[in-house]
Amino acid sequence: MKQRLEYLKETPSQTAGPYVHIGLAPGDAGFQIYNQELGRDIAGPNAKGERIRVEGLVIDGTGSPIKDVLLEVWQANADGIHAHPEQPGEVEEGFRGWGRVITDFETGEWGFDTVKPGSTPGRNGATQAPHINLWIVARGINLGLNTRLYFDDEESANAADPVINTIEWERRRQTLIATRTLRDGTPVYRFDIRIQGEDETVFFDI
Amino acid sequence: MKKPAEFYQRDRRWHPPAYARDYKTSVARSPQYAAISLENSLSEITGPVFGHNDIDPIDNDLLSNFAAAGESPIGERIIVHGRVLDENARPVPNTLVEIWQANASGRYRHKKDTYLGALDPNFGGCGRTLTDEDGYYYFRTVKPGAYPWRNWVNDWRPAHIHFSIFGSGFAQRLITQLYFEGDPLIAKCPIVNTIPDPAAIDQLIAVLDMNATIPLDTIAYKFDIVLRGRRSTLFENRLEGN
Repeated sequence: MKQRLEYLKETPSQTAGPYVHIGLAPGDAGFQIYNQELGRDIAGPNAKGERIRVEGLVIDGTGSPIKDVLLEVWQANADGIHAHPEQPGEVEEGFRGWGRVITDFETGEWGFDTVKPGSTPGRNGATQAPHINLWIVARGINLGLNTRLYFDDEESANAADPVINTIEWERRRQTLIATRTLRDGTPVYRFDIRIQGEDETVFFDI
Repeated sequence: MKKPAEFYQRDRRWHPPAYARDYKTSVARSPQYAAISLENSLSEITGPVFGHNDIDPIDNDLLSNFAAAGESPIGERIIVHGRVLDENARPVPNTLVEIWQANASGRYRHKKDTYLGALDPNFGGCGRTLTDEDGYYYFRTVKPGAYPWRNWVNDWRPAHIHFSIFGSGFAQRLITQLYFEGDPLIAKCPIVNTIPDPAAIDQLIAVLDMNATIPLDTIAYKFDIVLRGRRSTLFENRLEGN
């Protein structure tokens, strides 16, 4: 008999279900249990760069907002450094670049405060435009969905971004671009995520 | 020198597809276009790092982390333990494992759960821990009850515990569910059956582990978790520049 490969298979995914908040954001499920819930502060108090807010909806194939979503955020700091030992460079004390956000149970709106990330190293010496990685789980989503948020005021960086340019359909690239407005002097980026249907958001198999 | 590079491609035929007709909620929540395949960059290879300052030692003990002093939740006392490994069968150390579950009567402590099963004042239903240097983790809890849910008129979820696991890179992020050996509801469950391969379903079934029980106290189930593995490049494939 020929030799065998000894790799294991990845544990298969199952939906996060409607009560994901109990495990990952128990305060939002309606009770206090931990001394600190994780993912509530993405950038920390010492982060350099522009303070921004990001808001949106997650919309299903019927055009309705989904009200039981949990999103996780992963991003670099303003210098393009991720808080991780495999990327050289330091981040500010308290900068984690990771956060958790849930949609409002009544409206489906979500939002988080952070700093705008810088450009990050891409593959083969390329530079990636500033972006935020998002991971979306909910009841009815069988395997978490990965997408990226880019910024509409980074037009030239976006035009050169190797990931955006991977998307064959130029029209679909627009689904990854958040639009900036000012509210009381704070930049607010709008980023609606369409799970299915017209203008379906681009999701990545990473 | 060998150094870790990209994660192995995820086997999407092992995971449930986005659209699973018999799990009705997935119908309008499944993307119709194919996901765009992306070779990993630093944005996917890195991910949040957690430490013992983030959690408390009691967080992995659901028998006591919400109970009043001297009280215990009602239900079968169990230990759930195992290792987090990667596809190369190497342990994943210091990674965050979070769980949540219904209580013994099948009721969740959640403002949106209105099931008839009673809340247990001594049971919160969530826990978290970090794996040790060998990738090992454990929780104490009660065995959750089955409960009905609206899909077809008469669907019941098998007893299950939700698991959330990180790994070292954002590309490894995973949420799944643990089921219990011998439960006849597993085979009937439309959520379980979103997974096409019976061998993959078996991977979610924890086994009774008599050697890990505490006699006259707590029974044990073993549940190992496998996250995506990584290539080790002998030949540089220029992940990050020249």
